[in-house]
Amino acid sequence: MAGLETFYDVMRRQGITRRSFLKYCSLTAAALGLGPEMVPEIAHAMETKPRLPVLWLHGLECTCCSESFIRSAHPLVKDVVLSMISLDYDDTLMASAGHQAEAILDEVMTKYKGNYILAVEGNPPLNEDGMYCIIGGKPFVDQLKKVAKDAKAIISWGSCASYGCVQAARPNPTRATPVHEVIFDKPIIKVPGCPPIAEVMTGVITYMLTFDRIPELDRQGRPKMFYSQRIHDKCYRRPHFDAGQYVEKFDDEGARKGYCLYKVGCKGPTTYNACSTVRWNDGVSFPIQAGHGCIGCSEDGFWDKGSWYARLSDIKGQGFGIEANADQIGLAATAAVGGAVAVHAAVSALKRAQHKGDAQ
Amino acid sequence: MTIQTPNGFSLDTAGRRIVVDPVTRIEGHMRCEVNVDSNNVIRNAVSTGTMWRGLEVILKGRDPRDAWAFVERICGVCTGCHALTSVRAVEDALNIKIPNNAFLIREIMAKVLQWHDHVVHFYHLHALDWVNPVNALKADPKATSALQQAISNHSKSSPGYFRDVQNRLKTFVESGQLGIFKNGYWDNPAYKLPPEADLLAVTHYLEALDFQREIVKVHTIFGGKNPHPNYMVGGVPCAINMDGDMSAGAPLNMERLNFVKLKLQEAFEFSQNVYVPDVIAIASYYKDWLYGGGLSATNVMDYGDYEAIQGQKSTDRLPGGVILGGNWNEVHPIDPRDPEQVQEFVTHSWYTYGAGNNDKGLHPWDGVTEPNYQLGPAAKGTKTNIEAVDEAAKYSWIKAPRWRGNAVEVGPLARYTLAYAKGVDYVKGQVDEALGRFNTLAGTNLTAKQALPTTIGRTLARALEAQYCAAMMLDDFNHLIANIKAGDTSTANMEKWDPATWPKEAKGVGTVAAPRGGLGHWIKIKDGRIENYQCVVPTTWNGGPRDPKGNIGAFEASLLNTPMQRPDEPVEILRTLHSFDPCLACSTHVLAPGGEELARVTVR
Repeated sequence: MAGLETFYDVMRRQGITRRSFLKYCSLTAAALGLGPEMVPEIAHAMETKPRLPVLWLHGLECTCCSESFIRSAHPLVKDVVLSMISLDYDDTLMASAGHQAEAILDEVMTKYKGNYILAVEGNPPLNEDGMYCIIGGKPFVDQLKKVAKDAKAIISWGSCASYGCVQAARPNPTRATPVHEVIFDKPIIKVPGCPPIAEVMTGVITYMLTFDRIPELDRQGRPKMFYSQRIHDKCYRRPHFDAGQYVEKFDDEGARKGYCLYKVGCKGPTTYNACSTVRWNDGVSFPIQAGHGCIGCSEDGFWDKGSWYARLSDIKGQGFGIEANADQIGLAATAAVGGAVAVHAAVSALKRAQHKGDAQ
Repeated sequence: MTIQTPNGFSLDTAGRRIVVDPVTRIEGHMRCEVNVDSNNVIRNAVSTGTMWRGLEVILKGRDPRDAWAFVERICGVCTGCHALTSVRAVEDALNIKIPNNAFLIREIMAKVLQWHDHVVHFYHLHALDWVNPVNALKADPKATSALQQAISNHSKSSPGYFRDVQNRLKTFVESGQLGIFKNGYWDNPAYKLPPEADLLAVTHYLEALDFQREIVKVHTIFGGKNPHPNYMVGGVPCAINMDGDMSAGAPLNMERLNFVKLKLQEAFEFSQNVYVPDVIAIASYYKDWLYGGGLSATNVMDYGDYEAIQGQKSTDRLPGGVILGGNWNEVHPIDPRDPEQVQEFVTHSWYTYGAGNNDKGLHPWDGVTEPNYQLGPAAKGTKTNIEAVDEAAKYSWIKAPRWRGNAVEVGPLARYTLAYAKGVDYVKGQVDEALGRFNTLAGTNLTAKQALPTTIGRTLARALEAQYCAAMMLDDFNHLIANIKAGDTSTANMEKWDPATWPKEAKGVGTVAAPRGGLGHWIKIKDGRIENYQCVVPTTWNGGPRDPKGNIGAFEASLLNTPMQRPDEPVEILRTLHSFDPCLACSTHVLAPGGEELARVTVR
C-alpha cells in the first residue's frame, strides 16, 4: 500500500527524527526481549502498519459527542481522521449514504475481523421492538450487536452510551439502554460526559494507538487517567470552599469574586471527570470558571439526582468525603449505605482541621 | 397513480422506488424514499424520521429552572438553541426581565452558535454533495491559488499552501483507506467542479475544521464548555468583575472579554474571505442545477429574532412573519400564542390523538402525544425490517406542524426571504451583492425571486446569515462594553429565583431563530413544577409527513422534479435534503398531555 501514512509518517510529521524513531524501535525490541537483528523488522512494521479502522455508530443521541470530538485541539481532529485512524463509518461525517454506507460495515467487519474499534455514540432503545431508533429499516440495536460481534474493543462515547443519559432519565419512555447492558462479551471503555471533553476523547484514542493497549480502567470501566478524581479535588475555587467563602446567589459579590459554587448546587464534589484539570475547548475554561456549578454530567443517572441548584447535602445518599475515590463511592452505592457523611458548608472549617489531622 | 396535493404539487408513485436509509451527514436518523420515472426524474418523495426519544415526557414534574439542560440535549449540533428557547419560555411564563448584559451575552452566544452551525454544516455536512475530493488530486495548485485570489482576499492563497494540502490528500487517498470518503460517489457526473475548485473547497474543509473549534471558545468563556454550554433562568451565570478584588478568577474580566472579541473578529473575517466567496464560487459551477426550491417558492415562516433593543420585538433584525403563495408583498404576522395558528397533526405520524381525533390539529399548549407505531397496508417488509413505507398511512416519528393549516418552509432561506420582502437593508444589500457576483461568475442574469427558492439559494442564504450574525455579534459586543462602561455590571435578575414567588399556575412561550429555522418551546408551570412542555422545532416543520388534507412538507416538496444522474447513487437527494441541514434528534420527541402518562410505555 504505497503512500500510506503510517505510525512512522505521523511521528515524522510531528517532528520526530528518523534517528529517534529507530532508537524507539530498538528500545521496543529490547523491551520485547528481541535481538538487534529484529530492529529493522519492527521499524518496517511501524512504517507500513495501516491506520486502525473505526466504525462509529449512532443510536439515540444528540450528536454532542461527535461535535465535541471535532473540537479536539491536541491532536487536531483532522490529524486523527487523516493520519491516525481510518474512520470508515460515521453517519455524521461520511460521504456515502444508504446501502453504500451500510456496505462499508460488512466490508470492514470482514477485512479487519477482530481488529477494528467500535465507537458508539448514543444508545439503543429496547421498547417497541427497538423501533424507536431505526437504521436501514431495522432496529439500531440489531446494527449495534452485529458490528460489536467482531470488534476488538468498544468505546462507549459519552453518557448516553455509558449510562443512558437524558433519554433514559425517568420515566425512560423508550427504555434507552447503555451499551454494556446489551453487549457482554467485549471490552468496553466508557468515556462519560455530556459530552466528554474533546481532548479526553482523542486522548483515549491516541493512548490506544500509541501503546497498543486499552488504558487502565476503574471499576465502572472508565479510563483512570481522566476519571480518577473529582472536579472538586482540583478545582481552582477549592480554596474558597475550604475557607467557607461561597456564592450565596448568582451575581452576588461572591459570584464576582469567583467564590465556591457549592451552595448554589455545584456537583463538583461528587463528579469524576477532568474538567478542572484538562478543562474545555483547548483548556480555555470549564463550567465552574464560567460561574455555573457543575451539573455532574459524567455521572450515572445525573438527570435524576435532584436540581442543578440543590445543594449536595440536600440530596439523599449523595454525601461525599474529601478523600473518597470512585471505587469507594461505587462500593457505598452498591452496599446501599445511606446517610454517608455529608459535608456542610458550615462545618468546612472543622473538616479542614480534620484533614490536617489526617495528613499528620 | 398521480395525486394532486392541495398545496400544488403533483405526486406520481408509478415509477421505480428508491430508498436511502440512513441519510447520512445529518444530525440524527432519517430515511428517504422516492419514486423516479423512466427518465430518472423524482416524481414522489417520502421523508421519514426514524428516531424518537420522548424528552418532553421526561420533563414533566421537574423544576422549570432545570429544563434548559434537558432540552439542550435535544441537539448537540445546534447546541444552546434549545437551552436559550427554554429560559425564554420560563421567563415569559414567570414575567422575568433579564439584565441588559445578560441579554447581550445570550445574543452573542446565539449568534456564535448560528455562525458555527452554518459553517460546520456547509463544509462538513453539505460540501461533499458539491465537491469531489478525489478530483482535487488532479488540480494544479497554481490554478487553485489564482482562483482563491480572484474570489477573495483570504491570506492563505499561495500555490505552496494548496500543494501541501493536495500532497496530504494524495497520501491519504493512495493509502487505500479512504475513511469518511469511502464509497462516495466520486465518478458520478453530478459533480461539476473543475479540479482547482475541488482543491480549494477541500482545503477550506480542513481550515473550517480548524476554525470551528476556535469560535466556540466564546461559549466556553460565557457558558463554561461547548458543546452544551450552561444557561440560567433570570440571566447568565457568568458574573462580571472588571477591576475589583479577585477579578482574575471571575468569570468575566478584561482578559476574557478580549478573548471573546478576538474570536468574533476572526469569525467575521472567515465569513467575508472564505465561507461566502466559496458558496458563490461553487454555486456558479452549478448554475444549471436550479432544482430543490419546493415550498420555499411559496410558503415560508419564521418567528423573528435578534432584537436590536431588548424586549422590543419590532426591532428584530431578522423579522418574523409568514409569506403564502409566493406573495412577497404581503407578510402575515405570526403569534405563537394563538391556538389557531401553530398546530400539529399526526394523521401520518406514529402517534395517536385518540379515536375520532386523529385528523385534528392541536396547538402546542394543548398538545397530546401517544406513540402508535404501525406500518400501513401497502408497506413492504415487516415491523422490524421496513423495506418500503406506506405514505398513505402512518410513516414517520415526526409530527406535521402547520400555520393556519398551511405547510411552510423554515430556515435561513425562509428568514432571508422574509427579510428581503420586508426590505431589511443589510439583508437586501447582501443578497443583491451576492447575486451580482454569482451572475458575473456564471454568466447568468437571475433575480432574487428566481435564485433564492432553490437548493443553491438555501445554501447561499445560510452563508449570508452567518455573515450577518458575525456582524451583529460584534455590534452586540460593543453594546456590552458600552453598558459595562456606563456602570452596569449586573448579569442576573434573581428576584423570582425562589419558586415561592411564582404564581400557582403560569404558561409561557419562547422562540429562537435556530440554525435550521423557527424554534418554539411552550411551557405550562403548576405549583412550581413543569406541568406540560412542548417543542415545535425546525425539522418538524421541514421534514414532517403529510397532513390530513394531503399537503406535503418542505423536504418532500423540494425533491420533486429533480433529475438523478444515477438513481442508485443518491447525490441529488442528499444535496437537496442537506440544504435544509436536517436535525432529526430535534424533530422527533414529544410531550404527553397535562397530567397524562404515556400509555404505550411498557417495561419488559
